[in-house]
Amino acid sequence: MSTPSQGSLLARINAHALFWPVATLVLLLVVSAVANPGFLRIGWFEGHLSGNLIDVLNRAAPLMLVSIGMTLVIAVRGLDISVGAVVAISAAVAALLIGGSMSTGDAVQVSRFPLGVAIGGALVVAALCGLWNGLLVVRLGLQPIVATLILMVAGRGIAQLITDGQILTIYYSPYFYIGNGFLLGLPFALFIALLTAAAIHLALTHTALGLFVRSIGINPVAARVAGVRARLITISLYVFCGFTAGLAALIISSNVKSADGNNAGQLMELDAILAVTLGGTSLAGGRFSLAGTIIGALIIQTLTSMIYSMGVPPEVNLVVKALLVFAVMLLQSPDFRASVRRLVFRGEPGAAA
Amino acid sequence: MTAVPSCVLQARGLGRSFPGVRALDDVSLCLRAGEVHALMGQNGAGKSTLIKVLTGVCPAERGTIELDGAAIEPTSPLHAQRLGLSTVYQEVNLCPNLSVAENILAGRYPRRAWWRGGGIDWAAVNTEAQRVLRGLQLDLEVTRQLSSYPVPIQQMVAIARATSVSARVLILDEPTSSLDDGEVKQLFALLGRLRQQGMAILFVTHFLDQVYAIADRITVLRNGGLVGEYRTSELSRGALIAAMVGRELAPVVASTSARPEVAREGPPVMQARQIGRKGLVHPTDLEIHAGEIVGVAGLLGSGRTELARLLFGLDRADGGALTVNGASAQLDSPAEAIALGIALCPEERKTEGLVLDLSVRENIVLALQARAGLVPALSVKEQRVIAERLVKALGIRTASLETPVGQLSGGNQQKVLLARWLATEPRLLILDEPTRGIDVGAKQEIMNEIVALARRGMSVLFISAEIEEVVRICDRVIVMRDRRKVRELPGGCDEHAVFESIARH
Repeated sequence: MSTPSQGSLLARINAHALFWPVATLVLLLVVSAVANPGFLRIGWFEGHLSGNLIDVLNRAAPLMLVSIGMTLVIAVRGLDISVGAVVAISAAVAALLIGGSMSTGDAVQVSRFPLGVAIGGALVVAALCGLWNGLLVVRLGLQPIVATLILMVAGRGIAQLITDGQILTIYYSPYFYIGNGFLLGLPFALFIALLTAAAIHLALTHTALGLFVRSIGINPVAARVAGVRARLITISLYVFCGFTAGLAALIISSNVKSADGNNAGQLMELDAILAVTLGGTSLAGGRFSLAGTIIGALIIQTLTSMIYSMGVPPEVNLVVKALLVFAVMLLQSPDFRASVRRLVFRGEPGAAA
Repeated sequence: MTAVPSCVLQARGLGRSFPGVRALDDVSLCLRAGEVHALMGQNGAGKSTLIKVLTGVCPAERGTIELDGAAIEPTSPLHAQRLGLSTVYQEVNLCPNLSVAENILAGRYPRRAWWRGGGIDWAAVNTEAQRVLRGLQLDLEVTRQLSSYPVPIQQMVAIARATSVSARVLILDEPTSSLDDGEVKQLFALLGRLRQQGMAILFVTHFLDQVYAIADRITVLRNGGLVGEYRTSELSRGALIAAMVGRELAPVVASTSARPEVAREGPPVMQARQIGRKGLVHPTDLEIHAGEIVGVAGLLGSGRTELARLLFGLDRADGGALTVNGASAQLDSPAEAIALGIALCPEERKTEGLVLDLSVRENIVLALQARAGLVPALSVKEQRVIAERLVKALGIRTASLETPVGQLSGGNQQKVLLARWLATEPRLLILDEPTRGIDVGAKQEIMNEIVALARRGMSVLFISAEIEEVVRICDRVIVMRDRRKVRELPGGCDEHAVFESIARH
């Protein structure tokens, strides 16, 4: 028997909302390290940290951003399945505004509009996409999944209209810093994601936003009767969700140095919803965790990297990922854990309680 | 009748504990054939637990239950139903998207013989449902979707379903809390017929009038224990209340006669001229001065709640003019009304009032913070101070300020809602049925608080279906019927004057 204090500490850790997401992430890292001993190795290369872990952080940044926006929308009983398409639109706008060609050697440093305008334009368009979604949900009262389905389907078409059906290649090298650069030895993209998370965390804890979001998520009618401007806040959160998709678009298009209307951000909405769920946010609204979401995004990226580093053939890649996601979900389900516990402890006295 | 009918259902010495609480302690109950038996008690007295024990939701830890002399141990509601104990809950537990007949016979549809293709015999379902309904003298179209009927009819369908499974005992858990007087009468007529058929009925309610209208006997519980079983005819209302609360209730602090005359100087706090909205309320005039309590009396559907919603900006008025503190106002959202110092405790406490998963503290500061906007945000410390003060002032019984408000009893939830609005220090407080579904003690405390608030200068618009309450504490009474204001009476007037105005005008 453990002493009471130990027991309560263990129980407290176990009861903490982030326990299972963190445990899952650690488990995945351990499995990766066993399968590929080099996985955890971190080196120093050309003035920055390098290695699989750093790569995971860099690649997870766009998903983290989109998932942060998604968390808040889900927290107010919404859903945004158009984020992948918004990424495509926003990337296309950025690429169009930067323009450029490699006709001459010097053209590499030329952009059609200043970098700030290109970035700002892409983000504004992304936010407008969010506004469209928010208005459909709040003003027209459409089901969030239906309302955002419209932009999910139309968005890829819009992105291709912007790029004229081509994959726009970006030749302006300062832009590449967003998705490939390093700051203080760490990927710059990671800073964008963490700064966004920190900003929204501060907004939730140091203004009344957290209280309002939770009350809207739990009971939108009561929140409105209490004077909370529930509609305005809900629309704003959709706008913010679009904005985070815009940030993700900058990172992705900068990383691959192009904007592909068809494939940029493909299925990202589903990864984002998965990350949010893995992090312990309730899809029913009201209960959410930003930190959980970030860990959820890391779990998904670790999974993806793990599959690649284990040398799984591309054709079964998705099946393996699905199986792993399934296993992770089971691990996180309290019901499943309880039934496993019953199975393991069957017959032992006191186990039933 | 001289012979006491013997018990159909006899429970002896029932006991049940939950962690930290002895919810039921040595309670006995005897239900007789052909009698309506009322189960009374304040919130937390053990009524719900007793019903849960009888219906097998949570089996008793001590004691015995006998049905027709044979010991039974119900282990689940389904099991209890098979034994002959059917329960109808406050919320209708049926499928609104199925037909009346499907609902009545769900789970035991007659099937066609295999040589006729097997499957459900829908014709038999409908005729059987019709037979059940006719037995209760209910005339409904059994093929119509249940949701096309109003809630009271749905409730009767639920009763029909409950009694059609050859029930000996029917348990009704607050069946009338969402019904108006006419609907209650219909329900009572149905109960009367069931009584004649020899059914033993257990009836849980908060409404004293209804107990005296229908019950033959009353069992009173208090703090999980049995106070006693009484014949209704031998127990006065005062004695019943005393038995429930364990003390003689102090009268409401002030009747209108004892109150100082309300100063009618200065502009009224709120003045409505021909305010209305098509399909909700006919154009209505209304005037409330500082420190005045204006009552709105009317039945369910009389337009009283709809009027409150217009005055609070929850629905937009499509005609008329509104002035607040002498300045004309156009209310398009609750937030705008709150900014002008108006507050509304809505009728539906759980769906429109409280955010049940949030703590007592958060629920109390919500409106105050909403009025302030996102910034400046009240710190947790400031929130605690405000919540602490109101919890004390209103005598809210809660384990802590951080307890989710959904865990509180109905009366305490209502007080938290009241506290939320008092925190905003409104000029006009609109209370829509603030005493519905809460126990007698809490009711009295809330009424006292309302009177005290008005004395300090707050205006109150008090909406209630309990005419006696309205007449007692209001300075003026507005009577509504069929979505329009039909009369305005002075406070302290005769209850019957109000009843008459409601009945015919």
